[in-house]
Amino acid sequence: MQDIKQFVESGQIARFPGGIHPPERKQPASEQPLRRVPYANELILPLRQHIGLSGQCTVREGDHVLKGQPLTDAALHQGLPLHAPTSGTVKAIEQRPMSHASGLPEQAIVITPDGHDQWRERQPLPDYQQRDKAELLDIIQAAGVAGLGGAGFPTSQKLAQQKPVSYLIINGVECEPYICADDRLMREHARDIVLGMRILAYITGADKTLLAIEDNKPEAIASMQQAISEYTDIELRVVPTKYPSGGEKQLIQLLTGHEVPSKQLPIEMGVIMQNVGTAYAVKEAIIDDKPLIERVVTLTGQCIEQPGNVWAPLGTPVDALLEFAGFKPEHQQRVIMGGPMMGFTLPITAVPVIKTTNCILVPSTQELPPPGDEMACIRCGACAEVCPASLQPQQLQWLAKAKDYPALEDNNLFDCIECGACAFVCPSEIPLVHYYRQAKSQIRNQAREQAKAELAKQRFEARQARLEREKEERLERHRKAAEARKQMQQQQTQHAPEQESNNDGKSSAVAAAIARAKAKKAAQEGSNAAAEQPTGSQPEEKSKKSAAVAAAIERAKAKKAAQQAASEPEAGADSSAGSEASDEATAQPRPAQDKSAAVAAAIARAKKKKQARDQEDKQ
Amino acid sequence: MSFKVAAAPHGHSQKKTNQVMAWVVFALIPGVLIQSYFFGWGVWFQILIAVSVAYLSESICVWARERSARQALRDNTALVTAVLLAISIPPLAPWWIIVIGTLFSIVVVKQVYGGMGQNIFNPAMAGYVLLLISFPVQMTHWLPAAPIAPYDLGLWQTLHTIIFEYTPAGYDVEQLRTTVDGISMATPLDGVKTALDQGQILAEAYQQPMMASLAGIGWQWLNLGFLLGGAILLQQHVIRWHIPVGFLAGLLIPSFLAHIFAPSVMPGPVFHALSGATMLGAFFIATDPVSAATSDRGRLLFGLLIGLLVWIIRTWGGYPDAVAFAVLLANLCVPIIDRYTRPTVYGHHVGAKHDTE
Repeated sequence: MQDIKQFVESGQIARFPGGIHPPERKQPASEQPLRRVPYANELILPLRQHIGLSGQCTVREGDHVLKGQPLTDAALHQGLPLHAPTSGTVKAIEQRPMSHASGLPEQAIVITPDGHDQWRERQPLPDYQQRDKAELLDIIQAAGVAGLGGAGFPTSQKLAQQKPVSYLIINGVECEPYICADDRLMREHARDIVLGMRILAYITGADKTLLAIEDNKPEAIASMQQAISEYTDIELRVVPTKYPSGGEKQLIQLLTGHEVPSKQLPIEMGVIMQNVGTAYAVKEAIIDDKPLIERVVTLTGQCIEQPGNVWAPLGTPVDALLEFAGFKPEHQQRVIMGGPMMGFTLPITAVPVIKTTNCILVPSTQELPPPGDEMACIRCGACAEVCPASLQPQQLQWLAKAKDYPALEDNNLFDCIECGACAFVCPSEIPLVHYYRQAKSQIRNQAREQAKAELAKQRFEARQARLEREKEERLERHRKAAEARKQMQQQQTQHAPEQESNNDGKSSAVAAAIARAKAKKAAQEGSNAAAEQPTGSQPEEKSKKSAAVAAAIERAKAKKAAQQAASEPEAGADSSAGSEASDEATAQPRPAQDKSAAVAAAIARAKKKKQARDQEDKQ
Repeated sequence: MSFKVAAAPHGHSQKKTNQVMAWVVFALIPGVLIQSYFFGWGVWFQILIAVSVAYLSESICVWARERSARQALRDNTALVTAVLLAISIPPLAPWWIIVIGTLFSIVVVKQVYGGMGQNIFNPAMAGYVLLLISFPVQMTHWLPAAPIAPYDLGLWQTLHTIIFEYTPAGYDVEQLRTTVDGISMATPLDGVKTALDQGQILAEAYQQPMMASLAGIGWQWLNLGFLLGGAILLQQHVIRWHIPVGFLAGLLIPSFLAHIFAPSVMPGPVFHALSGATMLGAFFIATDPVSAATSDRGRLLFGLLIGLLVWIIRTWGGYPDAVAFAVLLANLCVPIIDRYTRPTVYGHHVGAKHDTE
């Protein structure tokens, strides 16, 4: 950390290995002032604009929306809301082709502008310093601000990391040929960008802000220099023109003299980077309460009559932009979204401008000849010479073709930033980056599959273990129950004649219940017998009564026995398997119980008879 | 309407592979011109035969592998291999020598291993070594350079010698090398080596007629011609400096030190630099990217190894020159050199990590 401070304070510019100097071709587009594109007939807003999940729609077809009104709820994970670029009607919420090399459709909100351009209610916040940082972060999040320089990572999330920040780097390098959106923005909106930088510095608590611009943009440098002159903690760093100086890792290396350790974020070294366009969007979000609904897009290439930069409302179809700039397609025309190094070709132009669209390039075949046939690699090493990450692209290419994924990871494939410098210089015109992307996604898929398989395996093993455990428990219970039965049988055969009621206690609830039922029957029989006696004489009445009493006593005894028996089996088995255990205990020893029940009943009958006789004797 | 789809980046700088190879051949021109001046027309016939055989055999191989022959020949790698082998062998070697060498280079060393970019060994040098071991007599029959040559062969005489192994007048190559005094004229490297082996000291060895100037008549100019070609390649970014510098350092530093310690028996660096195939090897042969190491450090090491091996074999080995052997031996070491000279990737430097610890 100290080394970094020392380096930055000295004002040096380090260098990074490799890099290329492709023809810049920023003119003539960079010389035209920013223009505004009229609203297209329909604005297409894909729910998913960048990495992360898409948000939930909060409007329905047919709804009228105002300019700046949120259209989606941000999803939890890396989500940002979308906003209506102008007032109008939600024409449809349907699948539309995406701004992607595949052109595959995805869910999008389609808005028909009503021409009034009517704003929702706005709450400008000029005194942002009075507000809590968390509150500002919420506003930036709610305004849908994403990184406008690269992959469109949600700005609020990048800012929200709770780590000390020494240097806020504002990236105005714009190293890719043709693209001059940031250049134009810096020339025309320097003060707004600086305001955004102040807000970002306030939120991150950075000690110093470094503004980096490539030395091929003298006008932007002059304009920004003037705008930052009143701030002592903003320093301008002019970096030499070389592609890819604007890459996050490369620019950090240029300005701090240190590399971002692999698989770590710049914040770990106390550095955070934001694009100038993002700084501008942050200023608009906080001070003007204007969400991210438009961005600067460079329209360039020899197949355009009026190259230049435009403020394009998000959702504007590319064909509307091209029409606006005068598009003269040639045979086998390529329409590139992004720059010539990292941009992707669009198969159709009915796709919208999204938050990450910085350039639409329609080159002629003269200026950017289409790639020739891929030849074999001759290991010339030109790619390694230009790789800013010091990788060995030719080696990676062999490995990628051989699908040797462990070796690819061992050769640090994932440190490749896909800048395209290697493929640009490859004499055999091998589309190297293409191979790396394929290999990367295959490795990721494989890892995902592996994780899935691992989970399934764990689940299977857990299930097996559970079944095994249950089986053992069951066997254990059976064993115990069998033991208990054996013991009981022994006790019964030994003590049955002498100890009747105790013996009953040892037998189970069912046995007791059967005993009870038999006793009842016996009592009934007794009473029946009494009733069968001729005439209702006293002694007969008494005997009937006494029989009933005896039966009641017998019932009470049986109940007691049942209670004892019920408490018995539960002692043996654990609580979870208790019910099953008692089931087992009752289901298995039926014949034995029948026998013991019969014995018990016989005893009960004998007793009852005796008691009846005794009572008769007393009377 | 739908538009053309292509992978990024959408543009290309740099020479294409076929242009790179064409530049190699182009840069050989000064050397070949000098060779043809000092050693006669033979080199042109050798090149002609070698290129024809190379194109024909490569076409057949590629056709047999079910690929487009036109595309394979377009990359010019067969051309480079053929020309390098043709200028390495004695200009008056019989035609079947170059045919066998070229066939071996293209078919066995290159195509059997999988074609362009897949060969482990430098094809031209593997072919050369095969010839040197199999036909040592024909492969060492270099004529003395023109100024001291006993005979001056014309175009027809040269062609006749290559085809029939003797001149129209009936001289064979051995006779052509022999002066009127009956002394067979060897190459400077050979001559000096033989003299030293016979117990002479360097000063005596240098007395031989072919050593009349710095490092041997003809040969020193030939080397300077290839040095000029090398400079063209460097200037055109066709090759990078690491291998030639490594090669020359590996050869010249030991020879310089040895010459200091044993000035009477160890030839100095100037002799080594300007004789034999030194410059051709340093700039055109060792720099074949396919069979060389890949990283900058690796290439420096690869060059050093070749240079050192050349010096060792020239000094103590059984053959007068050693570039071919040295290159093949270094080719064998490429995987291990690559393994240990991989540059540190961004974010993997030890220094990059200490900040977070």
